[in-house]
Amino acid sequence: MLDFLASLIPVFVMDLWNALPPLVQYLSTTVFKILLVTIAIILIVAFSTYFERKVIGRMQARVGPNRVGPLGLGQPFADVIKLLIKEVLVPSQSSNFLFVIAPLLSLIPALATWAVIPLNDWYVIADINAGLLYVLALTSIGVYGVILAGWATNSKYALLGAMRSAAQIVAYEIAMGFALVGVLMASGSLNIGDIVRAQNGGFSQWFLIPLLPLFVVYWISGVAETNRAPFDVAEGESEIVAGFHVEYSGVAFALFFLAEYANMVLISTLTAIFFLGGWASPFEGWTFLNDIVWLAWLSAGGLHWLFIKMCIFMYTFFWFRATFPRYRYDQIMRLGWKIFIPVTIIWIAVEGAMAWFQVGPWSGLGA
Amino acid sequence: MSQFTSYIKTFALWDLWRGLGVTLRQFFKKGVTLEYPDEKTPQSHRFRGLHALRRYPNGEERCIACKLCEAVCPALAITIESEVADDGTRRTSRYDIDLFKCIYCGFCEEACPVDAIVETRIHEYHMETPGENIMTKDKLLAVGDKYDAMISADKAADAKYR
Repeated sequence: MLDFLASLIPVFVMDLWNALPPLVQYLSTTVFKILLVTIAIILIVAFSTYFERKVIGRMQARVGPNRVGPLGLGQPFADVIKLLIKEVLVPSQSSNFLFVIAPLLSLIPALATWAVIPLNDWYVIADINAGLLYVLALTSIGVYGVILAGWATNSKYALLGAMRSAAQIVAYEIAMGFALVGVLMASGSLNIGDIVRAQNGGFSQWFLIPLLPLFVVYWISGVAETNRAPFDVAEGESEIVAGFHVEYSGVAFALFFLAEYANMVLISTLTAIFFLGGWASPFEGWTFLNDIVWLAWLSAGGLHWLFIKMCIFMYTFFWFRATFPRYRYDQIMRLGWKIFIPVTIIWIAVEGAMAWFQVGPWSGLGA
Repeated sequence: MSQFTSYIKTFALWDLWRGLGVTLRQFFKKGVTLEYPDEKTPQSHRFRGLHALRRYPNGEERCIACKLCEAVCPALAITIESEVADDGTRRTSRYDIDLFKCIYCGFCEEACPVDAIVETRIHEYHMETPGENIMTKDKLLAVGDKYDAMISADKAADAKYR
């Protein structure tokens, strides 16, 4: 594929490119990769707002947006334009600098994490060996945006929302970290590309099977980390208006919105990578699929499989929101501290013992 | 034993799965929404909407100012004043219906001995300035003249039940 694309480029352009110093070549390809990923994520975010409204609408016997463009597909762009031309209000009693910088602080980690995420076998912006640690570090930083927004707004609702969000993220971060320890033990590598390669070989090799409890814990913690329903006490409309972003409007609000959805896409992709084999195909090794031309993509790994898995998890986000009522705050804390953390610790011990004695699906883990 | 099964159910997220099942079934059901300005629900010929005053085929007003509708109106929305017309008959000099007070119960229509006041099927109307909510005699007669065919057809359809 790449060779084919390269053959389309005229020779003199390639000569010009080869004449550039290696540093310039490296920088420009990396910037290009970053732009590609960022634009793709922003587009996915735009359309996931549309699909969220459609999916939840269907589940509540409504229609969802259907007026702007065919099937309402223009709705995300209409929303963006509306938000961009609205005035950004800054409360007079707020801390102006923090108030303005908080949305950026919540958006930047959500986008920067994509640097280490491999989209297929070769497309990864930074192929670093401590990728898993980098992911953990950056997802934790995201909470600063929320806390600063709540603090800078100088409103009791915003502060309450921010405190709730902070406590919740701290609680679930631990369960998430422990779940990833299980993945780390199974793959024997911190490099995210290697974690995916350890799951090559079809559905039976996915970490989903030996690490099922960790998968459930990771996914539910992920929903809690992104402050989505049923864990959305940070912005619980019925109690504290909108939580940490009560006073935000226009572009500043749009940035928070973008950060929330970018985090959802990120958590969906990470879950797919850690437990569902990332870009790997579930039908790998089904050679008869290769003989049928229009089915060959099913057994070939690649970006399309990562995208399909990501979409399944995004759908689950919306599905949860349409189904579950909001948790009470003490119930959230109980679930995080008294159930998820013990479950993950126990399963790490079980996994270690099973892998040591080479039992059933655990045999061959951590090789 | 029951405690054991309840533990199993808790850790298998049993109740959560059942809840998810409900919403998933709903997701695949056919929608029931009518997209209103483009699609409309069928209407009964007894629909009680905007009021109208009717005339006889020769152009004579039906209303004889008996004030039965004014008396029966539970919302006191109707105001009638009467006088003797040039030909010596009893006629209304004023017939106002306040649409803000009216509750569209249809009692005026039932009380009328000469089928003069009726409620038509028209329900998509609006007011833009204060005072437009008062339907004067002229406005009511204009509605009756404009939609005479529809009103007559509805009355004929309902006649055998009266």
